[in-house]
Amino acid sequence: MSRKKTEQEYRKTFAFHFFRWLNGEKDPYLGEVEMKPQEPYKETEEEVKARIREKNMISRRLYGVAKSKEMKGLERFYKAASIIFCCILIYLLLFTVSYLPPVGTADRPVNNEVPQRYIENGLQETGAVNIVSGMILDYRAFDTLGESHVLFVATVTVLILLRLDKKKKNDGEISIEEAEANDRIYEPKNDAILQMAAFVLVPIIIIFGIYVILNGHLGPGGGFSGGAIIGAGLILYLNAFGFQKTERFFTEKTYKWISFGSLSFYCIAKSYSFFTGANHLHNIIPKGTPGAILSSGLILPLNIAVGLVVACTMYAFYAMFRKGGF
Amino acid sequence: MDFICNFPFFSILISLFSGTICSVLPGKAAKWVNTFVIVLIGAMSAALLWYLLGTGESFVYMMGHFPAPWGNEIRAGVLEAATALFFCIVMLLSMWGGRKKLMEEVEPSKHNLYYILVNLLLSSLLALIYTNDLFTAYVFVEINTIAACGLIMIRQIGRTLEAAVRYMIMSLVGSGMLLIGICMMYDLTGHLLMSNIQESVTAIIEEGTYVIPLVMAIALMVIGLAIKSALFPFHAWLPDAYGYSTISSAAILSSLVSKGYIFLLIKIIYRVVGFRIFHDTHIINVLFVFGLMAMIFGSLSAIKENDIRRMIAFSSVAQIGYIYVGIGLGTQVGMLASVYHIFAHAAGKALLFIAAIGLTDVSGFSRKFIDLTGAGYRNKIAGIGFTVGSLSMVGVPVFAGFVSKLLFAQAAVNNVGKMLPTLIALGISTILNAIYFMKTVIRIYTPRPDAPYESVAIGKEKLYAVSIVLFIALNIMLGMSSQPVVDAIHAGLEMFG
Repeated sequence: MSRKKTEQEYRKTFAFHFFRWLNGEKDPYLGEVEMKPQEPYKETEEEVKARIREKNMISRRLYGVAKSKEMKGLERFYKAASIIFCCILIYLLLFTVSYLPPVGTADRPVNNEVPQRYIENGLQETGAVNIVSGMILDYRAFDTLGESHVLFVATVTVLILLRLDKKKKNDGEISIEEAEANDRIYEPKNDAILQMAAFVLVPIIIIFGIYVILNGHLGPGGGFSGGAIIGAGLILYLNAFGFQKTERFFTEKTYKWISFGSLSFYCIAKSYSFFTGANHLHNIIPKGTPGAILSSGLILPLNIAVGLVVACTMYAFYAMFRKGGF
Repeated sequence: MDFICNFPFFSILISLFSGTICSVLPGKAAKWVNTFVIVLIGAMSAALLWYLLGTGESFVYMMGHFPAPWGNEIRAGVLEAATALFFCIVMLLSMWGGRKKLMEEVEPSKHNLYYILVNLLLSSLLALIYTNDLFTAYVFVEINTIAACGLIMIRQIGRTLEAAVRYMIMSLVGSGMLLIGICMMYDLTGHLLMSNIQESVTAIIEEGTYVIPLVMAIALMVIGLAIKSALFPFHAWLPDAYGYSTISSAAILSSLVSKGYIFLLIKIIYRVVGFRIFHDTHIINVLFVFGLMAMIFGSLSAIKENDIRRMIAFSSVAQIGYIYVGIGLGTQVGMLASVYHIFAHAAGKALLFIAAIGLTDVSGFSRKFIDLTGAGYRNKIAGIGFTVGSLSMVGVPVFAGFVSKLLFAQAAVNNVGKMLPTLIALGISTILNAIYFMKTVIRIYTPRPDAPYESVAIGKEKLYAVSIVLFIALNIMLGMSSQPVVDAIHAGLEMFG
């Protein structure tokens, strides 16, 4: 067997690495992953005492009662009462459900003129092949407008609760730099396997999410589901590569402007549509040919807007819970 | 259709959109946007009220290109427009009165978030007021709940976080019950639009096929909304939520958020179930009994309290009890008294909260009664505001609370079976109210010789003084010229039925 390559050249090839890995000569973690053995949990005596003192103080100050016998009895009574209450509620609900109209029969009250028009005329009236999209974004768009603002207000509350300030404050709260440092302790970095998997998967996930959003008016999918997929892709990318890489394209400012842009587009577009509809004015937005990608009037742009909001919201939630900022 | 008919739609969309705008503005600009939006919506509601009083009939407004059972719809009548106008006034004054405190208690970087929440809360309240569709109502109930939670915990101390968690849990139980009720209602009637449901409900009662699940659905919706508006046995979340949050939040929560749910309940009673059918289901008696218990036990808890803001919060429990007793009487007059009390209580309670913060600030930030001695001399305008609010709550003539108590008494006399318990509870509750409110008023006007705290001049906090004066004017106006208000409510309820 003659070898065309020299030893040094051979060492660079894929085959060399592959056979070495196959024979178990190479440890894929060694030199690739930052590894640190976990420090054993140690507590000095003072710390234990301080912890117990704090706990006692909380139970005294916050709840204002020593744990007396009556309190324990009362606590037991509360537990028992809540279980009994829940059982009664479950029984009542099940009892009621058994009296509801049977599922699957044609003469249920639900099968009336409302779904009939959705199914029969939905395609002509909204231009969307997917009737569900037509319903939530055209027939009952006001509800969906409210629903996307539910997401928005939920992010605002999470921001209030978890966002940390740039500057350190006096009263023991950690600053954003410290949170960053903590993040580095608890999460392993530069995991080669995860990075490789993310390198392959993230583009596919995001492209699939975009497909689901853009396809919302043609088939199953839409803004909410597609946005959730894109958000999951972003979170995977963040886990694999860390905040430094994601901050190159996604900071708090990006989040702010994307959600502002899509929500205000949603608001203005739908206001126009509500206004023209209610005042019986002519709507200039064309419906297009049903089935084409550019069709069904406002549904496609609204799906994109909703998708952007949902993706950003998911990513923002994750970043907030992980370190209190982007 | 006149252009003015667009105003309900404009109010909801403007406040929703201003919430989005505030997310990219700094705190100061957000503040101006917020004030401007509330004033604008108040003006639009006033114009709408004037227009509706002129035409004398309500109208429905199609949200989109599709008529009602297929698309969404909102509806405006005199009562809706009046409530929207009143809510805007109370919200604006509460924001003004608590602005200085807000600046101190909330981190500067989170100010614009507060205004986002307030704008979205306003839009959800307006949507609850104007909606003609049960599912739309549920969507905006969600916004309302989350925004209220944020309002509680934006002042980040341990007690508010605990209160927010409690509020969240209780409120979500309420939302869940409401949602299950709406789902059952949809299953039974096949509609979400209020007027269509009412037709089907009448048919169901006549046929007698699905009466059990129908009654259960109504009960679930009513109890869900009762939990959310802190009716007596479900009020455990209330004292901490109102007692420790920043003062604008406390005023808005007690006077607007819980009232929004009660307004939705009244709307469901009239427009979804039908007053007659609701009266026959006996759920009304449950509300009546809980209301009576709230009137007594809320006041007793308030007497025991040693913290001025928690005392005012417990007083809210009692006042919510009044409203439910009015609903529980099951007569048109009782309902009228309830709606009037929604207004009277909102004006009085917001004033009390705003005034209380002025009193505690000049008492070394302590809320204990012992430290409040003589606080009425140290901050004169807050002292006057607290006295007026207390007199209104107790039911002294000239102020708003008197008229609502009078209306409740009239309503009780109209209903033979429930007259005696209502009148007795009304009497006991008024005495208890007088005990704890007058105790506080006497306390803040007892001179203190050693004078350990500094007093505040009226001119120093102009916006605060303006808001208190306007609140006092609102209370006196509701009390002195009650007849036009009562007439408007009566016309509005007629339009509901």
